[in-house]
Amino acid sequence: MIRIAFTIIAGILLGGVVHLVSVLALPRIATQDAYSRLTPMTKENAVTALPLAEPGNAPMPFMDPAFAVAVCRYDLTSGPLKLTVPVSQAYTSVSFYTRNEVAYYAINDRSAGRKVIELDLMTEDQHSALPEDEEVTAADRLIIDSPTTTGLIVLKALAPEPGLMPQAQASLAASQCAIQTEPPPSKQPEPAAPAPAPAPAPKGKR
Amino acid sequence: MRLILITLLALALATAVGLGSTYLTSTRGTELGTLTIGAWTARPRNGSSDIDPYSRASIARSGELPVGTGDGIAFTATADDKNKPLDGRCDVVVSGVTPAARFWTLTLFDRKGHLVANSLQRYGFTSQEIVRGSDGAFEIRVAARSRAGNWLPTGGIERYALMLRLYDTPVGVATRTQRDAPMPSITTVGCP
Repeated sequence: MIRIAFTIIAGILLGGVVHLVSVLALPRIATQDAYSRLTPMTKENAVTALPLAEPGNAPMPFMDPAFAVAVCRYDLTSGPLKLTVPVSQAYTSVSFYTRNEVAYYAINDRSAGRKVIELDLMTEDQHSALPEDEEVTAADRLIIDSPTTTGLIVLKALAPEPGLMPQAQASLAASQCAIQTEPPPSKQPEPAAPAPAPAPAPKGKR
Repeated sequence: MRLILITLLALALATAVGLGSTYLTSTRGTELGTLTIGAWTARPRNGSSDIDPYSRASIARSGELPVGTGDGIAFTATADDKNKPLDGRCDVVVSGVTPAARFWTLTLFDRKGHLVANSLQRYGFTSQEIVRGSDGAFEIRVAARSRAGNWLPTGGIERYALMLRLYDTPVGVATRTQRDAPMPSITTVGCP
């Protein structure tokens, strides 16, 4: 009798361990997660417009049908990523997800504060490898650190009325997401010319 | 012989208990970090790196992408204010005001997160489309048959969920009560 009771207690305790392990492992072993669903229909390191959310063909569950959505599936192994999203008339947002769908950063057009949302995405290693003076030339660009080398950037533009959907889609179609070819110092020599550069000012941003 | 049998029994029990509870928590969700106002529930931490392991598991399982914190917040309702499950064959009224936000959208999904087909191709409302009263409050009729005013068709499905998403809003991790975030009420007014 006591042996049966011991078996049951041991089984339940072990069950707790199985539960914890499986909950923690689920994001890694899931095959129908958003990243896996989007992989076949998106290009790597380029903006791909998703089809409108409609019954029967929404790529993911719980998508907001009032938004035009585009995805940039990124892989930072070959270098940092440059993202440019023109702001649509109503509301535009850019959200960053890790490979396992953790939303680590999101920004909307108002917090970006201008007509074009410009961001640099890089891994922490790439960020710390940036030369000091280069950060000055990149001062007006927002630098985001990605916790993982791969992930998703989701660009969304709101169509406040169904008739405005083509406009929202058009503004997303003009957005760009591409690997920065080679470190850009040779590309932007002009800002270096005025000698009294506002050197350390923008460092507080981090 | 008996030792082997007992060990096998313990292991089988462990698998059943462990995987069963994981299935339950990843499909039904947990109370961890939820913000409940009236009939509406949100998980403000799901849009940030502070997301709890249970929410991560259920997001990976369903395949959705949570709304990022800098973007907005999503509230879901699957029952009305009296805790009666939302039934697509009944008339349900969503009325009142919404918390401060630049835009909001209200969308009807089936319980798995799919949109429900209807002849109007209307799956929800945005804050700009809605017809409001003179006091700024609105009233949305969620029903299978066409209704006057803001009609949101259910397609007659038995169980559905309403999702109210606020974009560019102060509502978030710091929000606690109805006073910070006045959510619209959900009332079932009649069932055939």
